[in-house]
Amino acid sequence: MPEPGLFERSPLWQLTWARTLAFLREPDALFWVFAFPVLMALALGIAFRNPGAQKSHVGVEAGPRAAATMRALEAAPDLEIALLPADEAAAALRRGRISVLVRTADKGGPVLVYDPSRPETRLAHLATVEALERAAGRVDPLPLRTDTIVRPGSRYIDFLIPGLIGLNLLGTGMWGIGFPIVMARQLKLLKRLIATPMRRSHYLLAFMLARMLWLVLEVATIMIFARVAFGIVVRGSWAGFVVVCVVGALSFSAMGLLVACRARTVEAAMGLMNAAMLPMWLLSGVFFSADRFPGVMQPFIRALPLTAANDALRALTNEGAGFAGVIPAVLLLVAWGVGCFGVGLRLFRWD
Amino acid sequence: MSPSAPTSAPPSTEPALLCRGLTKRYGSVVAVDGLDLEVGTGECFGLLGPNGAGKTTTVEILEGLLVPDAGEVRVLGQRWGGGGDRDLRQRLGIQLQETQLQEKLSVEETVRLFRSFYRRGPTPLEVIRSVSLEEKRRSWVGKLSGGQKQRLSVACALVNDPDVLFLDEPTTGLDPQSRRQLWELIEAFRRRGGTVMLTTHYMEEAQRLCDRVAIVDHGKIIALDTPAELIASLGGEHVVEFSVADGLDPEPLAGLPGVSSVHREPRGYALGVREPHVAIPALLAELERQKATLSQLTTHNATLEDVFVSLTGRTLRDA
Ligand SMILES: Nc1ncnc2c1ncn2[C@@H]1O[C@H](COP(=O)(O)OP(=O)(O)O)[C@@H](O)[C@H]1O
Ligand SMILES: [Mg+2]
Repeated sequence: MPEPGLFERSPLWQLTWARTLAFLREPDALFWVFAFPVLMALALGIAFRNPGAQKSHVGVEAGPRAAATMRALEAAPDLEIALLPADEAAAALRRGRISVLVRTADKGGPVLVYDPSRPETRLAHLATVEALERAAGRVDPLPLRTDTIVRPGSRYIDFLIPGLIGLNLLGTGMWGIGFPIVMARQLKLLKRLIATPMRRSHYLLAFMLARMLWLVLEVATIMIFARVAFGIVVRGSWAGFVVVCVVGALSFSAMGLLVACRARTVEAAMGLMNAAMLPMWLLSGVFFSADRFPGVMQPFIRALPLTAANDALRALTNEGAGFAGVIPAVLLLVAWGVGCFGVGLRLFRWD
Repeated sequence: MSPSAPTSAPPSTEPALLCRGLTKRYGSVVAVDGLDLEVGTGECFGLLGPNGAGKTTTVEILEGLLVPDAGEVRVLGQRWGGGGDRDLRQRLGIQLQETQLQEKLSVEETVRLFRSFYRRGPTPLEVIRSVSLEEKRRSWVGKLSGGQKQRLSVACALVNDPDVLFLDEPTTGLDPQSRRQLWELIEAFRRRGGTVMLTTHYMEEAQRLCDRVAIVDHGKIIALDTPAELIASLGGEHVVEFSVADGLDPEPLAGLPGVSSVHREPRGYALGVREPHVAIPALLAELERQKATLSQLTTHNATLEDVFVSLTGRTLRDA
């Protein structure tokens, strides 16, 4: 703790400290900031863990030469085979429980039934063809050897963690700034404060400083968890990572300020916050890549601050990007932050 | 009960608070309607009036929190918005009618926060002691009783040992004991020479604390004097209220011995009376003469409430 005199006399420090205490004493806020991202990472990390090489499910319809076909397919390591009566086989195919159905006949080769519009069924089809041909005595003209590696940073959880950090920066910035400001306005606490000689800029600055204090805790919690549970580390520039987090947090806090600048009730502010956050939740590539949206939407998606933050964080953690690589993203975040802060401050209502 | 003489330096012929022709409208509602007042240094001035009378609006204009539509305001000789606002605020203590302090901060944390905004003043602990909250200093604001919250709110207004203290309905909704505790606090502040601007809709409060009282109704001051003079204006220290079952000609009442004023009330009549032992027999004789049947008769010492009733024909509570 700093020297008592200084600690007690600095309004900026007192405001920051009061903000921090109020936050730490709010169990709900603590849950959303610290526990939620960790639980999310845990749940999704387990659901989408890479289960080694994926097996393809193939069904063999009960029939005259089904037993021989089964034997042929069993030799292939990547196939999971089931013998099914005719009626069940059709249903299993329809429901996606099997990707390919092999139908045998007394005469001629087997018939392979599958839906070529899905990548995993095409894969299953190829593997089935190969297994059947090999069993029938095919000899490879060119003997190929394979050497498999798993590239670090390519798992789903690697994709997810930076997105969760971005999401948290957004959520904490908006809620952590917007909510207490509107609450203070609704309870006439803002009015009481401006009845003192307090500098108005100190009040808003204290929010930003308090935000920085818990930013450290919040990002550290996720990163330590990601490291311990999934072995995820920042492969690129650490300085870049810190700068993106800090600038991102400030930028989203400025959005929170803008959203809260006039709202008189918490309900009104919540509506505005959700309206501001929803497009980013959907479009900015938190849970799946933003590249999946059509090209016409891309310029809009790229201009969103959360897209910039997520992409930059991903490049830094997974692709080993250097500081220079994330400068455009940082500039975009700065622009958003300065714009929101400027407008928010200008429109700010104290009573 | 007379306004105390200014105690500070000579040039303080300047009143602590002054406003002229103050007007504030909200749409078609005229909240404050051309209000003039002057509060001397060291004086305790009360704005008394029913809900919606314009007390809060007036006080918040004086505090520089609202901008009037018209009129002039001086606080400690200064205008608001002249560049010296923050220095002026260093000398004011303000308690607002509706503020709720941060629930999850302790008493001490709250007072320390407010103390940090001011250059001079007592230590946070001294302030907490002065409002008798030392036992609660580590409790969260959300856990305090109504009276304790209100004392904390006053504590936050006292952290800078202000020259002028504004209190907007500080005791509304409090139990009698908490109310008395607050009154003692205000009296202690006055003994140190502080100026107080108080709003209330409790008569006893204005009567006990204020040197002068302005009775406000519909944004206007309808009477302004010391409580004693206001009561004297009724024409007697006693009030006799009565109602009759049937009709009555009120004309002769004013001429009865000992009766100095007559007011029609919603449920009867109120007489301002100097000597009840003379007036009551005369009243009974007059009723007898008019063949009117008395259905109720009460008498009490005149209060500011009676002044309000005599001026507006309404009681403060159902105004
Ligand atoms: N912000 C506001 N918007 C609209 N009307 C208001 C506002 N503040 C006060 N008023 C109206 O102005 C009048 C005076 O209010 P106020 O000063 O709060 O009275 P008091 O403090 O004496 O109860 C009331 O009729 C009230 O409804
Ligand atoms: Mg009021």
